[in-house]
Amino acid sequence: MTAATPLPARRQLHTPQPPVSSFPHNPGSLLSVMDLDLDTVSHLLTRATALERQDPLTRDRILLKRRIALLFYESSTRTRTSFELAAKSLGADTTLVSSLSSSIEKGETLKDTGLTLRALGAEAIILRHNSSGAAWLLEEVTRLPILNAGDGMHEHPTQALLDLRTILNHLDPSSKTVILSEARVSSAVEGPAVSSNTLAGVTITIVGDILHSRVARSNMLLLPRLGARVILCGPTQLLPDSAANAGPGIFVERDFEAALRQSQVVMMLRIQAERLAGLQLDLAQYKDAYQLTGQRLSALAPTALVLHPGPIIRGLELTAGVADGPQSAILEQVRHGVAIRMAVVERALTAAGKEGRA
Amino acid sequence: MTALIIRNGHLIDPAAGVDALKDLLLKDGRVAEIVSPGKLKATDGTEVLDATGLTIAPGLIDIHVHLREPGQAYKETIATGTAAAAAGGFTAIAAMPNTNPVNDSPEITRWMHSPDRGACVRVYPIGAATRGSKGEQINDFAALKSAGAVAVTDDGHPILKDSIMRETLAAAARVGLSVIQHAEDTRMTQGASMNAGPIAFKLGLRGMPTEAESSLVERDIRLVTELRDSRVHLHVAHTSTAAAIAAVRKARRNGLRVTCEVAPHHFLLTEEHVGLYNTNAKMNPPLRSAADRDAMIEGILDGVVDAIATDHAPHAVHEKEVEFENAPNGITGLETALGLCLRWLHKEWKLPLGRVLSLLSAQPAALLGLKGRGTLAVGSFADVVVFDPKTEWIYHAKETRSKAHNTPFDGWTMQGKVRWTISEGRIAFSATTPQ
Repeated sequence: MTAATPLPARRQLHTPQPPVSSFPHNPGSLLSVMDLDLDTVSHLLTRATALERQDPLTRDRILLKRRIALLFYESSTRTRTSFELAAKSLGADTTLVSSLSSSIEKGETLKDTGLTLRALGAEAIILRHNSSGAAWLLEEVTRLPILNAGDGMHEHPTQALLDLRTILNHLDPSSKTVILSEARVSSAVEGPAVSSNTLAGVTITIVGDILHSRVARSNMLLLPRLGARVILCGPTQLLPDSAANAGPGIFVERDFEAALRQSQVVMMLRIQAERLAGLQLDLAQYKDAYQLTGQRLSALAPTALVLHPGPIIRGLELTAGVADGPQSAILEQVRHGVAIRMAVVERALTAAGKEGRA
Repeated sequence: MTALIIRNGHLIDPAAGVDALKDLLLKDGRVAEIVSPGKLKATDGTEVLDATGLTIAPGLIDIHVHLREPGQAYKETIATGTAAAAAGGFTAIAAMPNTNPVNDSPEITRWMHSPDRGACVRVYPIGAATRGSKGEQINDFAALKSAGAVAVTDDGHPILKDSIMRETLAAAARVGLSVIQHAEDTRMTQGASMNAGPIAFKLGLRGMPTEAESSLVERDIRLVTELRDSRVHLHVAHTSTAAAIAAVRKARRNGLRVTCEVAPHHFLLTEEHVGLYNTNAKMNPPLRSAADRDAMIEGILDGVVDAIATDHAPHAVHEKEVEFENAPNGITGLETALGLCLRWLHKEWKLPLGRVLSLLSAQPAALLGLKGRGTLAVGSFADVVVFDPKTEWIYHAKETRSKAHNTPFDGWTMQGKVRWTISEGRIAFSATTPQ
């Protein structure tokens, strides 16, 4: 074979640059929290509060008779119901297509299902899908406003927004600390506007099955942009070291108790048995190390807010006492979901033609 | 057969050590004469191609192509695949056996060679190493070889069992065939669809660790070492990791007959090119980290890499227009290889033109023992590519001669435009001929 030409070791070479993303194609889409600049996040939070307070009889004229499809490839309680209630609160007509009762069962592709819904008059599609990236594919082929209601292990942007609203609701504006009583809802009619230091000094720990969690990804990509520290906590099988490189402000801490001690907010995650893909996990050992018990909470984080995106598995990632206890804001999160999704659905059908993404 | 004269082009034939202006006479499918410009007299009926200002080189050879026939003609046929090859300057391509049925028999190899397939360049079938590529029962290599197979491999179904791989290496060596391994320990890549690392984590995709490739390369090299038979030849397909390149480099220093190829996408692109789930950036092995990509470039520049091979893997449009995890692996490559190699290896990274052409012709020919190919010495096959080395142009996938459009290089700037491709004396591609 040809003799080697000696070369200066490891010289710096110019190489092709990765392409710049053209997503989202539609200004009304919400695919990833990365699509939202902080002004847009502020706008959505403000609108969530305003819409929540608006008279239902005037609110339902905002999207009167507009058509919105909910396309669900996975089962869902909270997300589907709150999106549906949110869209209906604004006056829209909604229709639900789920994979088990549609032509998807007969082998129709996501592309064809999306084009069919568009032909039926859908002006926006809310998509829950078991494959990461499905929302991007649907937007690419339909060019409709697509609201990502969870794609595989990837993102769940409205969950991160409602988690943010829950956290802000407990943020004492004077001391900039998280308090257990609801601080903001009564004081700020317009809803909080956020900036890059709104959550400065606040540490949020996300615990458990990070690897398979779209909630964790959306939160770790959103909250640090408001100044928060995000600690990821879990065993290596469920939390690879490379997670710390997902973005700025993200840290990995394997020791749950050390993480708890630093946290103002603790977000517990369910073990996603449906995504473990052959991964062997000793549940007794897992509970030993990572279950949020009343004892751990009162000893290490007695003033921290406890969040969980649901569904919760009582007795696994957290005890029933913690789920029902005074530090739990789990049901409050669900309530914020409707408000946030009203704002996101409104933006989906009114963003086109406006300047910017708001 | 009529004769063909190529006049006044700059002949670069690395294997023959020629780098000068020449006239070529091609006759009866062979190179008949090579002389200084102006010395050839055209007789009646001799077609003359004016190559003034153009480069003449041995036709390119791609030792890793998926032609999809028999069985998957909706993706590509031997006719369309070889047409794309000719458009890219290739005059000989080796066809992987992962067809349907798997090419594990002399009958299929002969079927592929039939004139009815409409091949416009030479096709060298590669036989399956084991029955049905199931990794259990070794095929009759002597029969495959006499039918025309130039190597054996189970390509996408790597041979994991030590005993079967050892037996494959030994049996192939006895009949003088190379063993090509797609190095992937599939036990580490279940459900994975891109390189393992921070980007896979961020995109929520399961990752293929680099160790899945390098550990199998290391295992195979250990088996070659243990066999102590100088006829054993292991060829590592589409190398993508720094660790695998390092293992090949070390094996070579130890005097083993271990060779490797690298695909253009692996020396140009990284996992970042997956972007937001671009299925045309999904292949196996996957696009890796920048450090691995740099190791491919280094391996090419320092000579440890023996060949550029495209791993041309056509798929129908509808197959790639699905969720990233559900999309099949692979991209096309025959029409973009030369343009990318000249644009990046030669122009950008200063690899001499002769070395680039050698990686695309003389070296792959030597590697698989393709006699009379990879050089234009008098008496060789009249396999020629004539190209304008300076022209920059934009590749548009929709204009492809392949049936498939699945390329991440759509819209990329290429350098070096193919003017004619001549296969065994016949013009297989001319830039002025409409598709």
